[in-house]
Amino acid sequence: MSILAIALLLAMPVIVVASYGLLPAGEVWQHLADTVLGDYISNSLILMLEVAVGTLLLGVSTAWLTTMCRFPGRRIFEWALLLPMAMPAYIIAYTYTGMFDVAGPIQTTLRESLGLQYGEYWFPDIRSLWGAGVMLSLTLYPYVYLLSRAAFLEQSVCVLEVSRSLGNGPWRTFFRVALPLARPAVVAGLSLALMETLADYGTVQYFGIATFTTGIFRTWFGMDDSAAAAQLSTALLLFVFTLVLLERWSRRKMRYHHSGQRHQSLPGFVLVRHQKLGAILICSGTLFFGFLLPAGQLAYWAIKTHEMIDADFLRLTLNTVALAGGTALIALLLALLMGYGKRLSPDKTTVSAVRVAGMGYAVPGTVIAVGVMLPFAWLDNSIDSWMQAQFGLSTGLLLSGTLVALVFAYLVRFLAVSLQTVEAGLGKIKQTIDESARTLGAPPGQVLRRVHLPMLKGSLLTALLLVFVDIMKELPATLVLRPFNFNTLAVRAFELASDERLMDSASASLTIVLAGILPVILLSRSIRNSRDNNDTPT
Amino acid sequence: MTHRLELDHVSISFGSTEVVRQVSFQLPEGYIGSLLGPSGCGKTTLLRAIAGFEPLAAGSISLHGKHVSSPKQLIAPEKRRVGMVFQDFALFPHLSVTDNIAFGLSGVPSQQKRQRITELLKLVGLDHLAHQHPHQLSGGQQQRIALARAMAPRPEILLLDEPFSALDPELRGQLATEVRALLKQDGITAILVTHDQTESFAMADQIGVMHQGSLHQWDTSYNLYHHPVTTFVADFIGRGTLLNITVADKNSIDTPLGRLSGKLPEGSEAGLQLKLLLRPDDLHLTTKQDGIQAKITGRLFQGADYFYTLQLDSGDQFHCLAPSHQQHHVGDSVTLKLDIQDLVLFSDQGFAL
Repeated sequence: MSILAIALLLAMPVIVVASYGLLPAGEVWQHLADTVLGDYISNSLILMLEVAVGTLLLGVSTAWLTTMCRFPGRRIFEWALLLPMAMPAYIIAYTYTGMFDVAGPIQTTLRESLGLQYGEYWFPDIRSLWGAGVMLSLTLYPYVYLLSRAAFLEQSVCVLEVSRSLGNGPWRTFFRVALPLARPAVVAGLSLALMETLADYGTVQYFGIATFTTGIFRTWFGMDDSAAAAQLSTALLLFVFTLVLLERWSRRKMRYHHSGQRHQSLPGFVLVRHQKLGAILICSGTLFFGFLLPAGQLAYWAIKTHEMIDADFLRLTLNTVALAGGTALIALLLALLMGYGKRLSPDKTTVSAVRVAGMGYAVPGTVIAVGVMLPFAWLDNSIDSWMQAQFGLSTGLLLSGTLVALVFAYLVRFLAVSLQTVEAGLGKIKQTIDESARTLGAPPGQVLRRVHLPMLKGSLLTALLLVFVDIMKELPATLVLRPFNFNTLAVRAFELASDERLMDSASASLTIVLAGILPVILLSRSIRNSRDNNDTPT
Repeated sequence: MTHRLELDHVSISFGSTEVVRQVSFQLPEGYIGSLLGPSGCGKTTLLRAIAGFEPLAAGSISLHGKHVSSPKQLIAPEKRRVGMVFQDFALFPHLSVTDNIAFGLSGVPSQQKRQRITELLKLVGLDHLAHQHPHQLSGGQQQRIALARAMAPRPEILLLDEPFSALDPELRGQLATEVRALLKQDGITAILVTHDQTESFAMADQIGVMHQGSLHQWDTSYNLYHHPVTTFVADFIGRGTLLNITVADKNSIDTPLGRLSGKLPEGSEAGLQLKLLLRPDDLHLTTKQDGIQAKITGRLFQGADYFYTLQLDSGDQFHCLAPSHQQHHVGDSVTLKLDIQDLVLFSDQGFAL
C-alpha cells in the first residue's frame, strides 16, 4: 500500500505535465507553433541524428576492438574508455569552447603563426548544432560501448568460427554475424544515449541552440507562460516515450540473441602492424578527445584560477555533497522498501507500482522541474490564501522554492538508478537463502539484518554512489527548483560559464568530473571481473 | 508411542489447483522417513508445508504432539524448530563455515556454541575447514556444512529437500549412506524428499511413494518392492511387468506362463480378470528341458548381470535377470523357471487385492 502511494507521488510530475497536453492550446502555444516549434523539432532531430552517428561510430568500434582484437594497451583501454562518462556534456562544451573559440589558444596560435586577422580565415564554429552533436557524442558513446561490449562478450565464439570456416574474413564476419547479433544491445545503448541527448539542457543552452529543453525554459521564464511550457514538455515526453519503447523492445530482443555458453575464451584476432596502429589510434583518440584533453584543460584552468577555491567554494562543495548524499540516502531507503516489498509480495499492484517509480530516469530534468513546480506552486498558493482567509496570515512559499521541491525532483528522476541496483542485488539472493534463515529461527526482520544487508552491501554502496554522482551533475532541475541563494557546483559552473568566465568555472567543473570518476571505477571493476571469467581457459 | 511427526489428511492448494491431496502418515521418534515420487508429485510442497512455508487447505500437521499447521493456524517457520537442507544448500555466502553453523545458535552461551560447532564439524568430518567461506568448498563439502548448520540447533525434525541432486551421481549413494549414519548417531528424526529410489532405500526407514498429490503407500522399502499396494508403486519401484491373468479356482490362476497356484484373496471367483506383478528376479534361466519357452528380444549388459527382455509365443513380454557369464543372444530361444513367493495381484482399477 505504501509502495503504491510512493509510486503515485513520484509519478505525479509526469502525470501533471501529460495532463497539460490534453488542455486546449492557449495563445502562447499558438504563437510557439507558428514560430519556433518547427525549429525545436528539427534541431532536436538533427542533434539526435548526429549523436546517433557519433556514438555508434565511437562506441561500436572501440567495443569491438577491445573485446575481439589483441593490441598493446587493450586492457587499459577496456576501462579507460568509460572515463568520458565522468564528464557531463555541458562541462566538455565549456572546455572545448574555451580552447577553440576566437580568443582561445588554438585560433590565437593560428592567427599569430599565419599572420592573419579574425575574419580572414575559416575556422569551424564549435558553438553550433554540429558542435553540440560532437560534444554529446564524446560524452555519451560509453552507453553504446558498454552494452555492445557486453553483447560481444556473450557471443558464442563458435558462431564466429563457423562464419570463418565458411569462408568469411574477419571483417565480413564482423558485419555479417557479430554486429547483427549485437544489434539489440547496440540499439538499447543508443536509445539511452539519445534519451540523454533529449534531456540535455546545459550544452544546447550554452551553444544557443533552440531545442525543446531551452524552449521550455524560455517559455516559462521569458514569456511567463507555465501552461505552454508544460505543453512543450508533453511534446518532448512523446519523443522520450518513443525512445523508451525502442529500448524496451531491443532489450526483449536481446534475450533471443544469446547464442550460447561463455565457456570458450574469445578468439582475440592478433593484428598486424598497421592494424595495431589503427586500433591504438582509434581507442586513444576517443579517450583523448573525450576525457584527457578536456580534463587536462580543466585542471590547467583550475590551477591558474586557484584563488577561486576559497571558503565560499568549500561551502558550495559541502552544500552539494550534503544535498547529493542526503538525497541518495533517501533514494536508497525508498529503493530498499520497494525492492523488499516486491520480494515479499510480488503481486501485480506492487510490481507495477515499482515499475512506475522507476520510470523517471527517462524523463528530462527540465520536464520534471515543470511537473514539480506546477503542483507545488498551486499547493502553496492554496494554503496561503486559505490561511489568509482564516487567520489573516501569509504563509508564503512552503514547498516550491525550498529544498523539499528539489529533493523530490531528484527522487523522481534518480530513484530508478538505486531501484535497479537494489533489485539486481536482491535478485541474486535466492529464495532458499531466506528460507534457510527462517528455519534456523530468524524472523523476517532478522533475515534482512543478518543475511540480506550484509549480502547486499556492495549493491547498496553502488546505488548510493551512482545516485550521488548523478545528482552532483544534474543541472536543469536544480537551476529551476533550488531555493533562493542556494547553489550547487553544477549551477555555479553553469553561471560562471554563462558569464563568459570559463576559466573561473573550472574548479567547480573539475570537482564534478572527479566525483564522476568514482562510478567509472566501479563499472570498470565489474568489467574486469567479467573479463576474468571470460579469459580463464577451460 | 508418541510420534515425532504426524500428518492428518493434509491438503495443499495453489489457487484452485490441489497439489497435495489428503495425505496422512506418522513418523516415530528417531526414524528417517522419505517422500519419493516423480517430479511434480507434490513431495517438495508437502515438505515445505511441514517447514511452515506453505499453508494448508485442509487437515493438520503436528510436531511432537503439538499442532503447528491447520487451515486456521500457521506457526511461522522460525518458531517450529525444524532444520532444513536445501537442494542448492543455500549457505550464507558472506559467512564463514563456523558462522554459518552458528547462525541458528543465537542466544546460546558462547562456550556451548563453540563446543556444538566443533562437535558438528567433527561429525561431518570437516573440522579443518572451519574458517573457509562457502565458495571455497566443493559441492560435497557444502552439502555436509548445510547439514551441520541445520542440525546445530537440535531441531525437532530435519527436512532434506533433494539434498544430493546437485552432486555427482557417483557421490550420491555414498553420501546418502554417510548421512544416514550421521543422523542415526545423533538420534535425529528426519524426512528426505527425493525422486531417486536408491537414495530413499539407502537412507530411509519408512518411505512414502507419492503420485499426483496423493500418497499411495507409506511403508518399508522391502514392502514397497514386494507388496506394492497400487500398480503405480509397482511400476515406480524397481522393474517389473504386469501380466493379464484369469482366476482359475480358489487356489490358482491362469497366466500366459501357465497355471500358477498360491494364496488368492478372499472371494476371488473363477473367471475374474486381474493383473499379476512379475519382477525380473521371479524368473531364472535354466538348462533343463521342462519349463517356460521364450525368445530373447532384447538384452542390456549391466556388469554383474544381463537384463533380458523376453517374449512368449502369445506375444506377452516380460523381463528376467541372469548372471552375465551366461551369454545368450537376441533371437535365442531359452527355457525359464518361475520362482514366485507371493502372488501380487491387482484389480482393474490398479489396487492390490
